[in-house]
Amino acid sequence: MLKLLWLIPVLPLTGFLVLALCGDRLSRRQIAWVGCGSVGAAAVTTALVAADFFRTFPDREFYQQTLWNWINTSGMTVGISWYLDALSLLMVAVITGIGFLIHLYSAEYMAHDDGYARFFAYMNLFVAAMLTLVLADNLLLLYLGWEGVGLCSYLLIGFWYREPEYGTAAQKAFIVTRIGDTALAIGLFILFTQFTNLSIQQVQNLAVEAWPVGSNLAMIVALLFLIGAVGKSAQLPLQVWLPDAMAGPTPVSALIHAATMVTAGVYLIARMHHLFALAPMVQEVIAVLGLVTLLLAASSALVQQDIKRVLAYSTMSQIGYMFLALGVGAWSAAMFHFLTHSCFKALLFLAAGSVIHSLHHEQNIFKMGGLRRHLPWTFWTFLIGAAAMSGVPLITSGFYSKDWILWSVWSSPISHRWIWFGAVFGALLTGLYSFRLIFRVFFGEARTQPAHEPGLAMRVPLVILAFLALTVGFLEMPHTLGNVTLFSDYLSHALPTTELLTGIDESSEAREQLAVTVAALLGIGLAAFLFLPGSLFEARRSGQSTDHPSVTLLQGGWGFDRLYDRVFVRPWLSLTRNSHDRLDRGFDWLAACAESCHGWMSHTQTGHVRWYAATVAVGTLVLLGLFAM
Amino acid sequence: MTLWLLILIPILAAPFAWMGQQWSRHTPPLIAIGALSVDVLLALFLWNQGPSVQISGHGFWLVESHVSWIPRWGISLHLGLDGLSLILILLTAFIGVVATIASWTDIQSRVGLFHCNVLLALGGVIGVFLAIDLFLFFFFWEVMLVPMYLLIIIWGHAQRRHASFKFFLFTQAGSLVLLVAIVTLAFLHQEATGRLSFDYADLMELTLSSEMARWLMLAFLIGFLVKLPAPPFHTWLPDTYAEAPTGATIILAGILAKTGAYGLLRFTIPLFSEAMSELAPIAMGLGVVGILYAALLACAQTDIKRLVAYSSISHMGFILLGAFAGTELAMQGVVMQMVAHGLSTGGLFLLAGALEERYHTREMGHMGGLWSVMPRLATMTLFFACASLGLPGLANFIGEFLVLFGSYATQPIMVILASLGMVMAAIYSLGMMQRTFFGPVRDSRMTPDLSNMAFGTVLVIAVLQIWLGLYPKAILTTTKPVMEQLVQAAVASANPIHSRAESLLSSRSVTSQGTIP
Repeated sequence: MLKLLWLIPVLPLTGFLVLALCGDRLSRRQIAWVGCGSVGAAAVTTALVAADFFRTFPDREFYQQTLWNWINTSGMTVGISWYLDALSLLMVAVITGIGFLIHLYSAEYMAHDDGYARFFAYMNLFVAAMLTLVLADNLLLLYLGWEGVGLCSYLLIGFWYREPEYGTAAQKAFIVTRIGDTALAIGLFILFTQFTNLSIQQVQNLAVEAWPVGSNLAMIVALLFLIGAVGKSAQLPLQVWLPDAMAGPTPVSALIHAATMVTAGVYLIARMHHLFALAPMVQEVIAVLGLVTLLLAASSALVQQDIKRVLAYSTMSQIGYMFLALGVGAWSAAMFHFLTHSCFKALLFLAAGSVIHSLHHEQNIFKMGGLRRHLPWTFWTFLIGAAAMSGVPLITSGFYSKDWILWSVWSSPISHRWIWFGAVFGALLTGLYSFRLIFRVFFGEARTQPAHEPGLAMRVPLVILAFLALTVGFLEMPHTLGNVTLFSDYLSHALPTTELLTGIDESSEAREQLAVTVAALLGIGLAAFLFLPGSLFEARRSGQSTDHPSVTLLQGGWGFDRLYDRVFVRPWLSLTRNSHDRLDRGFDWLAACAESCHGWMSHTQTGHVRWYAATVAVGTLVLLGLFAM
Repeated sequence: MTLWLLILIPILAAPFAWMGQQWSRHTPPLIAIGALSVDVLLALFLWNQGPSVQISGHGFWLVESHVSWIPRWGISLHLGLDGLSLILILLTAFIGVVATIASWTDIQSRVGLFHCNVLLALGGVIGVFLAIDLFLFFFFWEVMLVPMYLLIIIWGHAQRRHASFKFFLFTQAGSLVLLVAIVTLAFLHQEATGRLSFDYADLMELTLSSEMARWLMLAFLIGFLVKLPAPPFHTWLPDTYAEAPTGATIILAGILAKTGAYGLLRFTIPLFSEAMSELAPIAMGLGVVGILYAALLACAQTDIKRLVAYSSISHMGFILLGAFAGTELAMQGVVMQMVAHGLSTGGLFLLAGALEERYHTREMGHMGGLWSVMPRLATMTLFFACASLGLPGLANFIGEFLVLFGSYATQPIMVILASLGMVMAAIYSLGMMQRTFFGPVRDSRMTPDLSNMAFGTVLVIAVLQIWLGLYPKAILTTTKPVMEQLVQAAVASANPIHSRAESLLSSRSVTSQGTIP
């Protein structure tokens, strides 16, 4: 069954080809079957492959499969080859599993859209590209998936192409991430020039042998890879594309945020952990970037009015936690948060989609309210998602993953205490913005009359995801609570275990956990105090306007868009305003010269015989004179 | 004789295409497609035979044909085929078919004469790729020029006079410099051996003083850079590409630009490898300037054909960068880029021409929202925009990346600068899509979508792009021996004990016996 590995990316690709080539001849039902079926089949294949993989698992840690030699010339050997190990299997399972649920949901959500076939074609290609990215055995194939993901996000963000703003958002996403991609490409050039090898495993082994820890080249390459990861994962300073990416249909956002695209950067860093281990300074940069992003994004999420933008900022913030974990060397913790985040973020987006759907594409949370009674399914699933994101202790998965990260930050030898404080404050903010959303949307009086609850195809994914958002956390539980280490044991075959400071005991872990729990609950409580309709503060504040400059700053994501507009976009636009080629001036001048010369010469052609005779005579004399000399 | 057939089939078919007009409007294009298809098949046959084919000569070329022409001046009808020329001839004939199909509805008047000129120009191009006597090479170099000029001035758009003059003057000035250098080279050979010769193999054995090598290389470089084109000699191109009829633009961009690149690889580098170390950084620098400058201008264009034209200059910058990098990997990338760019711009110009034919404007400001009106055209343009921005999995990516990988070892800073071109390529390609196919509908006229024939053609190009993007081996193995020798020759020239020609000869003979490890 392991041999079927190649089918996993190929199945969604086939779905894409079928829909792209004859999508307009299929009925909507057939389109949905092809679109969902291809990803579903990939999920089933993943299960079969995984079952086979686990039969021999701890003894055989990876499985490689080469389809054909992609490039084999002049010292460069790169195959179309797959590499399956604990890490990539985890990614594949999430991508196909969650991806399938999102596809199923879309079958109903998009049912009345004109571009039904186009939508599913792009979605299938998106999944195929992401699967290529995570299964790639070498960096060039990874780059193929990497760029493919970027292209699909462009296509899907700009899916409703008639709106020019959506097109702008799509282009912004592609161009900003491409800046990161270019850095990644330069990283590949350096690695190849050094080692004439692009295999992810081999090149890292060679690098570990050749480069001492902290050597310049290792730092440069790690930094370039980081820029690539930061672009895709929407971290500072390339985070500006993600909030605008909300232009796409809601299932697209779910796919981008939960299963594909933004997690690519996290995967890349985890996959290249040997390289990053050679560059401790870059690792510190990752941790700090993660922390800063998570705080900036969480504070921006607090003041957004668009339900999807709140979720977009929350993704940036949660990915910030993953980066933080990667930065302090807690590789498995980052991947665990990736897993739980995929479940609850997909859930949140799909539930938000269901809200938007029933409110006839209303996205402003100030025009919602009281939906608890009208949309009970949506309410309860959304509540579970928000609780998981805030890290409600014991019963939600988000608690276990976030706790693991924060504990690693606390106890890691390469971290600082202030980073931990920042991250815990972030947990407080998370509770605050998550439940602000809940109270605004589902409580109080109804401001827009909702239509009906979603149908079965939308409800089933919500329920499954809600179940997962509650339960996947039990795969890994801390020492103080049951001490389950299924997940870390599993990933220890692909990623190094986290180093802990010596001399840390269980009681300090319990105290640390208590602090995190209190922070999360404090955030939720504060949200209830501030935003729950009927609460004291809410009643007092409701008359006030919210255009205070600091709020505007937060709403605009701390003004990065304006900064980049000034520093990059405007100079670029002024540079490209003139479509004339300045180099052509020189040649134009040459042509003008020739023209005026011939105009001047043509004056000599007068038609007077006397004039001609005189010039002939003078000319002859001059020539004779020259000869005589 | 097979090689002569490759050249003569299009040239002999040309008058028939002209005469065919009296039968029906569709006879001339059919004759052209027929002749070019025969060429494609012939080239495929030679490809299939591989290195085992050896008709005459001393094992220097895969296939060679040598007939004396003007013995007094050492000029002979000497043709030779190796992996590089084979691939380019296949490309030429194929793009020729594409150009003919693109002209199917575009050309309404004097259809016969149009196709006669197309066939003559293509015959000249194939001659350029085959001639290994420098005089003969120059002869074909000029043969392809005149019909191209006629194509632009007779069937071009509003500004055709200006464009065709500019095209002719630029390329002719470049040719003049080239001619002077060729003749000088022949006389230098006479000085050294007492015998005039224009033959490639003879001239290869010539040892030049470094001063002389530098000047002659510069002259060859200028001659070919005009054609490629690279800044500062590129300014003829946007005017010409925009004003020429679609079919001619496809030939110009898809094939004629490749003759410049071919000249660099076949002549400039091996003949004057003494001067490589001095001139290579300059040439590579020009390549990088071309990539960035043209990409910048492409972003500024509002005329869709001019945009594609500037993007084309930008892509040719990679060829210049890789050709002078001095590594086999970069050279292989150059070959790949030549083919990939031929296919992608061929496709893009066909589609841009189709847009122009339907809307009678090239201004993207007048278009917008056309996706719903013409889904086929829009989808295919999206595909080729992706190819042009270097999406992995398509052929352009292989070309560009091999060049960058191969050049990083020698010129890291230049490669980093060139990589910025990838971001700019994204900006102009997506900007083009946005302004034409996305956004609100500006022109609500209902226009027909791409015809089945044109759609089929671009689909074939797209399949080739994907095939070469995922399986570039098909081309890379064919050209590998050629590139190996080029690099070896360059290395040998740095080491004077070993003569260049000797190393070229010895390694070639190995190739022809097919015993490469």
